[in-house]
Amino acid sequence: MTTQKIINNFTIKIATTNGTGSQSANNILFKSLVRMGTATSAKNLFPSNIQGLPTWFHIRTNPKGYQAMKRFSEILVAMNPTSSGQDLGEVKEGCVVIYDSTVISIGQEKPGVTYYAAPMSRLAKDNFDTPRLRTLLTNALYLGVISYLFGVDKKIITQVVQDTFKKKQKVVDVNLKAIELGYEYAKGNFTKKDPYFYAPDNKFQNKIIIEGNQASALGCIFGGCTVAAWYPITPASSFSETLDAYAKRFRVDPATQKKKMAILQAEDEIAAVGMAIGAGWAGARSVTGTSGPGISLMNEFIGLAYYAEIPIVICNVQRVGPSTGLPTRTQQADIIKCIFASHGDAKHIVLMPGTVEESYELTASAFDIAERIQTPVLVLTDLELGMNLWASDPFKYCDKPFDRGKVLTEKDLEKIKEWGRYADADKDGIPYRTLPGNPHPLAPYFTRGTGHTQEAGYSEDPAVYQANMHRLGKKYKTAVKYLPKPLISGDKKSKFGIISVGTTHHAVVEALDTLKDKNHIPVKYLRVLAYPFHEDIKTFVQECDKVLVVEQNRDAQLMSLLKMDLDGSSAKLSSLAYSDGLPIDPDVITHKAREVFVS
Amino acid sequence: MSELTNRIGLTKKEYTALTSTMCKGCGHDSVTSCIIAACFELGIDPTKVAKLSGIGCSSKTPAYFLSRSFGFNAVHGRMPSIATGTELANHTLKLIGVSGDGDSANIGIGQFVHAIRRNVNLVYIIENNGTYGLTKGQFSATADYQAIDHYGDVNEYQPIDIVELAIELGATFVARSFSGDKQQLTTLIKAAIGHKGCAVLDVISPCVTFNNHDTSTKSYAYVKEHDIPLQELGFVPSFEEITVDYKPGEAKEVELHDGSRLILKKIKEDYDPTNRMAVLMALEKSFKEHNILTGLVYYRKDLKPLHELMNLPDRPFHEFTENELRPTRAQFEEFIKELK
Repeated sequence: MTTQKIINNFTIKIATTNGTGSQSANNILFKSLVRMGTATSAKNLFPSNIQGLPTWFHIRTNPKGYQAMKRFSEILVAMNPTSSGQDLGEVKEGCVVIYDSTVISIGQEKPGVTYYAAPMSRLAKDNFDTPRLRTLLTNALYLGVISYLFGVDKKIITQVVQDTFKKKQKVVDVNLKAIELGYEYAKGNFTKKDPYFYAPDNKFQNKIIIEGNQASALGCIFGGCTVAAWYPITPASSFSETLDAYAKRFRVDPATQKKKMAILQAEDEIAAVGMAIGAGWAGARSVTGTSGPGISLMNEFIGLAYYAEIPIVICNVQRVGPSTGLPTRTQQADIIKCIFASHGDAKHIVLMPGTVEESYELTASAFDIAERIQTPVLVLTDLELGMNLWASDPFKYCDKPFDRGKVLTEKDLEKIKEWGRYADADKDGIPYRTLPGNPHPLAPYFTRGTGHTQEAGYSEDPAVYQANMHRLGKKYKTAVKYLPKPLISGDKKSKFGIISVGTTHHAVVEALDTLKDKNHIPVKYLRVLAYPFHEDIKTFVQECDKVLVVEQNRDAQLMSLLKMDLDGSSAKLSSLAYSDGLPIDPDVITHKAREVFVS
Repeated sequence: MSELTNRIGLTKKEYTALTSTMCKGCGHDSVTSCIIAACFELGIDPTKVAKLSGIGCSSKTPAYFLSRSFGFNAVHGRMPSIATGTELANHTLKLIGVSGDGDSANIGIGQFVHAIRRNVNLVYIIENNGTYGLTKGQFSATADYQAIDHYGDVNEYQPIDIVELAIELGATFVARSFSGDKQQLTTLIKAAIGHKGCAVLDVISPCVTFNNHDTSTKSYAYVKEHDIPLQELGFVPSFEEITVDYKPGEAKEVELHDGSRLILKKIKEDYDPTNRMAVLMALEKSFKEHNILTGLVYYRKDLKPLHELMNLPDRPFHEFTENELRPTRAQFEEFIKELK
């Protein structure tokens, strides 16, 4: 064989059937590759279904550690006869196909494609007793085949299997047996004909592997969240379920066995956000986790929290809309909906992490911001971030003291004569609040969604209404200094800029390198982390001749906000708003950027 | 002469608040005065009370009692979720929720149902007049079948009986009263305050503007005529060492969670508010006969309120510090290690 080896620079796509246990096998493969130190990322493309529909898992390894999903994959592991027609159709010259020859027949082989036929279902049938076990372990079998063909360290796989199934020795044993069967079958029957190899590397050493929803839940624990109310919805359920698991682990008082966290599954999203608002009003740090349809239901209550100035955190793991949309696919189309949730002149603070580390840190900080500004803070992630496993540098311990904001205690009230719940005492738009249970005679006030005076009394007076709304506007401006600044990188001298948000980041960083290295177009890059926008965004746009705004929705929501907020910048801004449910491919950005910057 | 004070040294005036903006003669104002009387007579510390409501005439009334308590007038039909969140955050507060028939039996019936299912620690008063007052006289879901509204329209739908529904849902304290019977209502509010869990009080409270006409089944005249009190009520607060005299078989005592006692003197037949099946039979019978049973309809003491079910700490959550809520560095490092 004369072809040069291709080491740690290819993608495996595994096509399986939902509900057959392939998720565990795929995660084991991904974790094993990260433990080998290879720069690897994983994307799970799954259907809205419990069992039976096709599902795909992309495992991409590349020397630069790019985390974006490439649509093209060099290696196909075809396990699902239902999708094999499509899967095999996408295979090109130079690709490799491993397939379960018990259930899939290839027909005419394509020229230049390497095929490895392994009768995995039959091997599972011959070696395991029950139908369920046979189905589950067919997946472990392909791990063995992959391990042999591409050189995934079997010792590491064994460790990962043991860590995955920890206390269930029987499960460990059967999985290892199936992996061994696959490995031995490949060894005995295949001659390596393709150039793809994994090799130990030092690129991803000391990484942790975590889902975005897990990271957000950890952020809640460190942010001092004590009340969480939620309603099950894909792709946000694992956020609340993980929060519950972490509360059981970290929040049970060893002395009393009482749980310093209330997590309640509500009857719907309206009740969930209502509970969070009740808790925020009564002084707890509260959260509700949801996705688009839940946000739609919560709108009326979010407006109440805005107008009555009640701190709450809402984690919105975005999925594809409109309506039920594609519940298991990713999108960034709730940006405007979240900022302007509810009727009337309501507007909200939105944080938009793009990595798991940011999910942890920004979610933790959201509780400080919510209490400091006394308003809802929405943390927008998406399915890609929330429900995929990501390799990340280990998180840092958060030891920042809570910022409880302007809360007047009984002692504070003893020192002052007058106090108005909605008075602008500090001229920054942020009023002072008291918490229910404060016994001072000045403390109690009446919280309402109706028009109110500085003292929280009912009012329809035009001047009172208008002054209060303007104060709320001022408060929104004040909020900027408490929000994370945008991140600026890339070629700082360039007159060409790209602006993106959230997980679009991962495709942008790859496109930036391609533009610089292959097209000789250096570009500077700004990633938005929060709305209302920071002044640095305005400066960034001012310093550019052309700016491409990249986001994953149809109508260019982020760009619309930029146009709205940045006077006279419209002519400079071009849009790449791309959304088909799968994470944007870096090539789409490179292509568009060339078009915009070169023309 | 100094004004009369209660056991914590407060005058009755200190339990009042803003002047009501209800129509003159509105039943809701009577309910408000009964809440004031109950809290004053019990010597409730108003700073430990939170008043909650939704939207509608009834929901405005928390502004008219207990000015020294925090209040929260939320959105339409969603008072129970606010109450739930408040209890989770700080269960040392006594929660008094005021809602209406539209608020709880129409738009908010889902939250009504689930607050009961979870046994939220809430005095849940529903000021029931079978009509929408603020939007001028539409039927609500508690309007009786074939009832005639202010405009002469006939209600063709079956009514929702809040009391029967609450019992079906597993409520732990269910009472019905009439805003025209202040003595009974005040006593039932006291008992509801002494109960731990969701205490549902369906109070027929006539709307003098839109539903007090001759053909109304929620008018003062109609309710007076059809009101059948189940018991003659006596109340002994926990702080009073009083023995009540009655002959054996003549009365039944219900001891509430806070140690106070509700004395149920029999009026007519043998009515046992702890026998769920018998209670539902009695309600069905009265429904057919177009009678309104009032008094303590149903009671059970053995279920825990929400915050106890959730095993929450004794202190309000806002008092907890970083050290109490965050994992230690060692715990964190251990956690991170597991993710590798």
